[in-house]
Amino acid sequence: MSDLLFELFSEEIPARMQAQAAADLKKLVTDALVERGLLYEAATSFATPRRLTLHIVGLPPSQPDQREEKKGPRVGAPEAAVAGFLKSAGLASLDEARIDTDKKGGQFYVAVIEKKGAPTLDVLAEILPATIKNFPWPKSMRWGAASAEANPLRWVRPLHAIVATFGPETEEPEIVPFEVGGIKAGNVTFGHRFLAPGALKVRRFDDYVSKLYDAKVVLDPARRRDVILHDCKDLAFAQGLELVEDEGLLHEVAGLVEWPVVLMGEFDAGFLDIPGEVIRATIRANQKCFVLRDPATGGLANKFLLVSNVLASDGGKAIAAGNGRVVRARLSDALYFWQTDQGPLPDFSASGKPPLDQRLEKLRALNIVFHAKLGTQGQRVDRIIALARELAPKVGADPEKAARASELAKADLVTEVVGEFPETQGLMGRRYAELQGEDAEVAAAIEEHYKPQGPTDRIPNAPVSVAVALADKLDTLVGFWAIDEKPTGSKDPFALRRAALGVIRIILENGLRLRLADLIDGALAWHLTEPDPEIDALSAREYLMTVKHLDIAVGLAKRRRTERGEIVAPTGEGYLRAAGVEGELKAFFADRLKIDLRDRGARHDLLDAVFALGGDDLVLIVRRIEALDAFLKTEDGASLLAGYKRAANILKAEEKKDGGGAFEAAPSGDLLVEAEERALFAAMETATAEADAALKAENFEAAMQALSTLRAPTDAFFDKVTVNADKPELRKNRLSLLSKLRRAIHLVADFSRIGG
Amino acid sequence: MTQNPSALDPKKSFQGLILTLQTFWARQGAVVLQPYDMEVGAGTFHPATTLRSLGKKPWKAAYVQPSRRPKDGRYGENPNRLQHYYQFQVILKPSPDNLQDLYLQSLAAIGVDSVLHDIRFVEDDWESPTLGAWGLGWECWCDGMEVSQFTYFQQVAGVECSPVSGELTYGLERLAMYVQGVENVYDLNFNGLDGDARISYGDVFLQAEQEYSRHNFEAADVKKLFGDFERAEAECKALLAFGERDDKHLMVLPAYDQCVKASHAFNLLDARGVISVTERQSYILRVRELAKACGAAWLKTDGAGLVG
Ligand SMILES: Nc1ncnc2c1ncn2[C@@H]1O[C@H](COP(=O)(O)OP(=O)(O)OP(=O)(O)O)[C@@H](O)[C@H]1O
Ligand SMILES: [Mg+2]
Repeated sequence: MSDLLFELFSEEIPARMQAQAAADLKKLVTDALVERGLLYEAATSFATPRRLTLHIVGLPPSQPDQREEKKGPRVGAPEAAVAGFLKSAGLASLDEARIDTDKKGGQFYVAVIEKKGAPTLDVLAEILPATIKNFPWPKSMRWGAASAEANPLRWVRPLHAIVATFGPETEEPEIVPFEVGGIKAGNVTFGHRFLAPGALKVRRFDDYVSKLYDAKVVLDPARRRDVILHDCKDLAFAQGLELVEDEGLLHEVAGLVEWPVVLMGEFDAGFLDIPGEVIRATIRANQKCFVLRDPATGGLANKFLLVSNVLASDGGKAIAAGNGRVVRARLSDALYFWQTDQGPLPDFSASGKPPLDQRLEKLRALNIVFHAKLGTQGQRVDRIIALARELAPKVGADPEKAARASELAKADLVTEVVGEFPETQGLMGRRYAELQGEDAEVAAAIEEHYKPQGPTDRIPNAPVSVAVALADKLDTLVGFWAIDEKPTGSKDPFALRRAALGVIRIILENGLRLRLADLIDGALAWHLTEPDPEIDALSAREYLMTVKHLDIAVGLAKRRRTERGEIVAPTGEGYLRAAGVEGELKAFFADRLKIDLRDRGARHDLLDAVFALGGDDLVLIVRRIEALDAFLKTEDGASLLAGYKRAANILKAEEKKDGGGAFEAAPSGDLLVEAEERALFAAMETATAEADAALKAENFEAAMQALSTLRAPTDAFFDKVTVNADKPELRKNRLSLLSKLRRAIHLVADFSRIGG
Repeated sequence: MTQNPSALDPKKSFQGLILTLQTFWARQGAVVLQPYDMEVGAGTFHPATTLRSLGKKPWKAAYVQPSRRPKDGRYGENPNRLQHYYQFQVILKPSPDNLQDLYLQSLAAIGVDSVLHDIRFVEDDWESPTLGAWGLGWECWCDGMEVSQFTYFQQVAGVECSPVSGELTYGLERLAMYVQGVENVYDLNFNGLDGDARISYGDVFLQAEQEYSRHNFEAADVKKLFGDFERAEAECKALLAFGERDDKHLMVLPAYDQCVKASHAFNLLDARGVISVTERQSYILRVRELAKACGAAWLKTDGAGLVG
């Protein structure tokens, strides 16, 4: 068995592309090998800033031989057919073909084509250059004089050398003979750019890795990450500090160095006045350095960790000092932004309003477009204010505070800090709000209205934050649905799935008793009503909320003005879309909720059983699912389910004969002859009444408990009573009794959707 | 006057650093040009780069370009960000195979020791939306500071580069801070002399930074600037139309100047914060249209090497 060592040595590969490129390299080459009948034992790939490397172990020396039989024309067929056959089978004359006889005794020619497997080396010489030429870089380039010619080689950055050796462990491997873009594959690579730039002659993977290591290149990215993380923690520990871990940054810096050396730098403690998140964002985004926490203060320390690519002759003093200088300059910029944001805004300070309000004025004045079809950020803010004010009482928040928080929620988008570090949006708004003396709940809501950002993010629970967070997300969802920009497949550019899940989480986690339909209609109304003196927006809105007639809202839309002030009539399509939004969005929410619950371990058949009942009070839906799950785990629950299935199966079979709905009528008491059927009938009267009452009180446990009393009479019924009695009226009555049982059970969930 | 070697020493004087780079690239066969005499945001705008990077004709040039970035004004208070600074620009067509090595050699020539410093090529794909240009490359870091931009041009003025040029843009002040070991750009020694004879970068530029920051953010006349933009745009189009002669063009460079003017007016308006996000896009597009038209016209001239 033989091994392949394949290295592509280039100018610096972007860190973010390295992992994918290594994975692609492995997949492309191994797939091509397998496709050509060459199986291997193991394959691993690696990336550094300057190389992609693939190691394949256990390849056979050549492809397996192939034998193929090709059926030809009958004996005595016309000459043209014979000639065609000979040509396609690669035979010189019919002497080389065999003659077979078919079932009917007819004779025909058969060519036996034997193909010797090609040596693996030759196969590689075909596969490797093709892989290079068709490599799926997210972005690739041309370079040098060759770039003026037709079809030049493209690579992520100029490619300089190729190592490709192949051979058994015991022998001197051979070089895979190929050339691409003027580069000949060979057995020479190069060490670290600065620490050991010389050429290295390599044989196979083992000596390659150790020669590279001696030449100050750690080939394996995982190993570079380990070194960095470990050294970072050590250095921090030695200073009594804690590393603020950052997985993304760790991956990135490991892709920027071949020989990681961690060093500690420092900045003036005065900069610690800047919010920690801004310091971290600055140092991370611009300098790719880690920040440190001081356990004594809980805040950041005025030290940072950088990962250098060289072991400098002065032990890294100059490097640490240089990085410190840059960090200082960056922080000085951040400080400048942070202070500028707290001051008056030229052109917007005349009103004498507080700084953040001036930013809001600018946001409005600039007419920053939120989405071409959904208007400006300013209009969006207005909608969120209105909606949050309206939601506030329902979630226990002060409407005025909710409105104020909504008003300021997007103002930080025009601050300098957020302009520079978009990831600090919300947080900065909160800080500036606090500084201008806003109410604490208002300030918190400005930050928290973006939450939850992802599945692990905190869910807001302060009432004002909840009101604004819901308003913001609902406005977005409803808006994009109204303009028909829904997520499709993997595409969700406006993060609508996240917004919907956010709404769900906020509702569930806070136990909010809100109906989706109301939430959607409420938000939709603000999209459809535009401030216009001619229209009494509110009354129309109320109309919409009460009678749910979207055409009222459409009536408003009809009088909507275009930019030029003309009146536009809504199109039929627009009307239908508005009317469809509620239904579609509800279904979307149901889907998100199902996915969320399933991810958290709920049984999907129980989800289906409960969702089949409809309803859009998420808290109730989830409670019902939980109660159902608990109930089915009890013996009563399990056997009631069994009884239900039996009844349902019989009904299904009989409904086929008599037609659907044939047994929907109430069973008649007079026709109940057996004791067991009378008992079931009586039990059902009480159980349904109790279950009904319990459901009204939203006590699902009690409802299910009530139904569980049906278990014994149902079992007895099936034991003693023949459903398909000879007398047709008895049969029909018994089936009606079962149908009633089915309906009773459906009060709590659609049991037909529950698995066995 | 006695001769003073420090005046030419790249490690002791700002001017010495510039002279050393010029000498280095002159030895590599580059034409050493002087700055373009217009307000530009980067050396890339010099026609020696934008226009000369188009077409087949080989080209090597190096020059200093004063660069104006109105938005980068900090009233003289940032240690390394200026609204007016010097770039050293090198353009090599086609890009040589050893361009990275040449760049590192040039750093060594000005005293950046790669055994003592951490030099890194960090992905930074360059794109100039206003020029309709893009390329792949890096920002070059020295101890965490971005000291140069390194780009393999793929497209300029909407035209595919054929062949590709290599572009190096050195941030001269930031490099000088390294080699001189100073914390603040204004403390750079400009002329390499000591005592009373010493002229610092601050002596030359601090007042200008303060005044221009005020100008860029507070005073620049918005109405006039909008007018400047419109006029430059109209003039550019008019000149391009004037120079059109079948398969040749006779007035690319003057037209291109107007494109540069429009671009600078836009930068000032942007610094004044009077351009909304949507408008911003449309202004960028308008400049790009001019740049593209100039690029297309350039290809019809002798300068591109296609004609004559
Ligand atoms: N405002 C400035 N003041 C001083 N030097 C600068 C400034 N902007 C850029 N430079 C330097 O000029 C070099 C080339 O400019 P380039 O066009 O790459 O700038 P940039 O990437 O916009 O800079 P930055 O990201 O720092 O704003 C940079 O590598 C940097 O060293
Ligand atoms: Mg740059």
